[in-house]
Amino acid sequence: MTPMAYVPTPLTSAKDAAAPHARSVASFLTSRAVVAPLAAVVVFLVLWELLVRVNGWPDYVMASPSDLPPAYADYWSLFLVMGWQTLWRTVVGLVLAVIVGVLIGMVMGFSRVMREALYPLLVGFNAIPKATVVPIVALMFVGAHDFNTVLIAFMISFFPIAVSVSIGLSTLEPEYRDILRSLGASQTTIFWKIALPKTLPEFFGALKVAVTLAFIGTNLMEIVSPHGRGLGALFDSGKTNSDYPLMFAVLIALAFLGIVLYYVVVALEKIFAGWAERSPT
Amino acid sequence: MIESGHGSSRGPVSSQRRGGRVDKLIDIKNVRHAYQTQDGRLPVLDGLDISVPEGGFVAVVGPSGCGKSTLTKLIAGLMKPDEGEVWLHGKRVTSPRSTVGMAFQNPVMLEWRTILKNVMLPLEIVASKMSRREQEERARYLLALVGLEGFEDKRPSELSGGMRQRASLCRALVHQPDVLILDEPFGALDAFTREDLWQTMHQVKAKEPFTCVLITHDLRESIFLADQVVVLSQRPARTQYVLDVPDTGPRDLDHLYTPEAAEMLNILRHQIEVAQGRAPAQPEADEVPEPPPGSTAQGMV
Ligand SMILES: Nc1ncnc2c1ncn2[C@@H]1O[C@H](COP(=O)(O)OP(=O)(O)OP(=O)(O)O)[C@@H](O)[C@H]1O
Ligand SMILES: [Mg+2]
Repeated sequence: MTPMAYVPTPLTSAKDAAAPHARSVASFLTSRAVVAPLAAVVVFLVLWELLVRVNGWPDYVMASPSDLPPAYADYWSLFLVMGWQTLWRTVVGLVLAVIVGVLIGMVMGFSRVMREALYPLLVGFNAIPKATVVPIVALMFVGAHDFNTVLIAFMISFFPIAVSVSIGLSTLEPEYRDILRSLGASQTTIFWKIALPKTLPEFFGALKVAVTLAFIGTNLMEIVSPHGRGLGALFDSGKTNSDYPLMFAVLIALAFLGIVLYYVVVALEKIFAGWAERSPT
Repeated sequence: MIESGHGSSRGPVSSQRRGGRVDKLIDIKNVRHAYQTQDGRLPVLDGLDISVPEGGFVAVVGPSGCGKSTLTKLIAGLMKPDEGEVWLHGKRVTSPRSTVGMAFQNPVMLEWRTILKNVMLPLEIVASKMSRREQEERARYLLALVGLEGFEDKRPSELSGGMRQRASLCRALVHQPDVLILDEPFGALDAFTREDLWQTMHQVKAKEPFTCVLITHDLRESIFLADQVVVLSQRPARTQYVLDVPDTGPRDLDHLYTPEAAEMLNILRHQIEVAQGRAPAQPEADEVPEPPPGSTAQGMV
């Protein structure tokens, strides 16, 4: 090998500092990332309890955190069953939204004609407040609770996915394509090797919005449909029976489910699009 | 000093094709091309003739927007010329082929891959007889050749612009292309980095057998790297002038400060001015020195 006197030798050592992979669980649990949000939750609950006590509100005006454990204890099995129903309908609706949204996004991303044709239609569809569509769907397919709920969750959440995928694909710099095209790669290869991975960060950004929307859709339908199922229906029955602690318990359970869903998406994003995260230096 | 001869180590896989030198490995014959735009037809290339012998290195310079990038796309087979023919290695180019390597001004790297995986990308497309191990060795060998040893597992975002351009060069070469097409690869770099990369190019050229077409705006770059400089006219581009750079053996940066180099740069600068319409085609006798013996003028107005 020729000595390369004029090729600048790297100043920084390329080897990573040995990763301290054996960081203990205990130090993680006491780290700021865990302690800070936990402390915030505790402070929030204490303030809530104080607010209710100080004002002397009865539980039909505002339930307090101390009312919640009894509510959960009374309806524990119901919460599990209903929570599961809400969860799977949201997830199925979301999966459908991902499939359809990605397909529409691909069609719009690769063909300018299709983009110009479909975009106004999509925007118009998205502009309709879904709360108004919920009763219509509920009446159209009376009794088909699962179908209705999944349908609304899907309808409300596919739009951001379709738009993000189409934008991600249509803004792909031509050089990216040309690297592979100049080697004779097919369109399919270019899609899998370049277009798809390049779009993933945008896709996950949209998925975080979509998961929240799908969750809202599921709950709207569960509350509105007569004899519905899921946490929404439990909420509705709490309302009918003026069981305010139950209603608040459902709210908290919904918040919990929403957080779980959201962080599942965040975890998936870390796995599949973690490369897009830049270190904040 | 630059060693332009044959290095002893050639990397794990060396190319076997070396019979007689092919006279016109790249042969561009009377190529015309126009784009269809909203404002109608925009003629870009107007009867271009360029040929490059096997192992040759041709630099193409010309006014901005005259059609240089278009030319690279025609050679790569990414587009078909309206008229005329492009031949590579005795075969007419009608579609992209895997015997071509390309690098652009923007060293597009796939952010989700490591540098090593970026360099190996073409090997995933081009049917290759190499085993995965050999592929990786080849990529590592090239990265070391351009001075990126130790950066194989870094992400592109962790590299400087110059380093990314080095990696992009490796990617263009990893599948052992016959033809290397470089479209202003050093255009966005600062002067020092650029000069480093010129020397790296000589390094690589000494070890890798390829025929190169380099598009550039930098006249010093053209005479430092190429053995022939083609000046294109204003759009629609024709070949306006061809300058043969005499082979003075190994080149280093000092060569750019010799009287011979100054003379060549003068000629080229004048030709660019002619192309831009800022100078008359026939210079007054005392203004521009006589072209050196090797140079030939073609298609002069
Ligand atoms: N896809 C396209 N459609 C229409 N016109 C184009 C297209 N690509 C390039 N052109 C036009 O063709 C002309 C030549 O473009 P080209 O990119 O080949 O120039 P260039 O010599 O590479 O310019 P530069 O030196 O600035 O890189 C320009 O006027 C440009 O506007
Ligand atoms: Mg260009």
